[in-house]
Amino acid sequence: MKLSLPLFPFGWQHYLLGGLLVGAGAALLFVLTGRIGGMSTVFSSTWSYLVRSPFFQQSRFVDSRAWRLVYALGLILGALIWWLGFAGGQIEATAVPVWQLLLGGFFVGYGARLGNGCTSGHGICGLGSLQWPSLLAVLTFMATAFLTANLAARWLP
Amino acid sequence: MSAANQRTLARAVATLLAGALFGFGLSVSTMIRPEVVLSFLLFRDFGLMLVMGGAVVVVLLTYKLAPRVLNRPLLGDHFHAHPSVWNRDTAVGAALFGVGWGLCGVCPGPAIAGLGAGNFSLLWALVGIALGALVQGLRAK
Repeated sequence: MKLSLPLFPFGWQHYLLGGLLVGAGAALLFVLTGRIGGMSTVFSSTWSYLVRSPFFQQSRFVDSRAWRLVYALGLILGALIWWLGFAGGQIEATAVPVWQLLLGGFFVGYGARLGNGCTSGHGICGLGSLQWPSLLAVLTFMATAFLTANLAARWLP
Repeated sequence: MSAANQRTLARAVATLLAGALFGFGLSVSTMIRPEVVLSFLLFRDFGLMLVMGGAVVVVLLTYKLAPRVLNRPLLGDHFHAHPSVWNRDTAVGAALFGVGWGLCGVCPGPAIAGLGAGNFSLLWALVGIALGALVQGLRAK
């Protein structure tokens, strides 16, 4: 069946299935433990083990740092199961240069924590609880991401 | 083992399983490949919309229905909420997040999950994200 739209040159089924599974993960966390499973907070809460400053010692980080690390470990475990069980265990590599990963990552970490959420926190959990500030956050980061990616594609080698 | 310890252990196992499902989904959807995310941001492949849309629908239904059907979570005391606010920090933070995301094609979930999927170059992004979160926390009042 040749129904694949040009919008999805590599097919669309795995995207939808993957998205439903991601949602199922956050949903399972909520039903079983009541927790909201955004992914960026773990990057602040884990620092609370090492950094003594009042910011990192806030109860919202200290009280959640253990389960957030377990949740992150689960992410690695799930990806490992996919890698070994479904993807043949080939080493994946990215062509994105190291400096872009490092510098881009820095802004991702700084921005997500300043803005209290990322693609999963504002994007999935925030939109999932119909919060308009999260919708504004998603529209904002989509806009600057489109802009940055297109400028980078034009000007970077 | 005391009943309280059993509950703590059960919650930890549940959290690990939920995370595993999340990470498996991120891998199936190939969001752990920065190239796929970047090709969305360059309008070449709109798959990311399906990933996000699919996840939002499942989460939306669950967040709405679970508190109506259950008095409390099966292994927890109460359903949490994470109210987001729209202020200067949220606006500036989201804008900076987008700049970084557009530069590297990696966001927090895939940076973590990518390690399990053998995409070890994502370690660089992971280090960057951790440093960014550290600096944000040190600068915050």
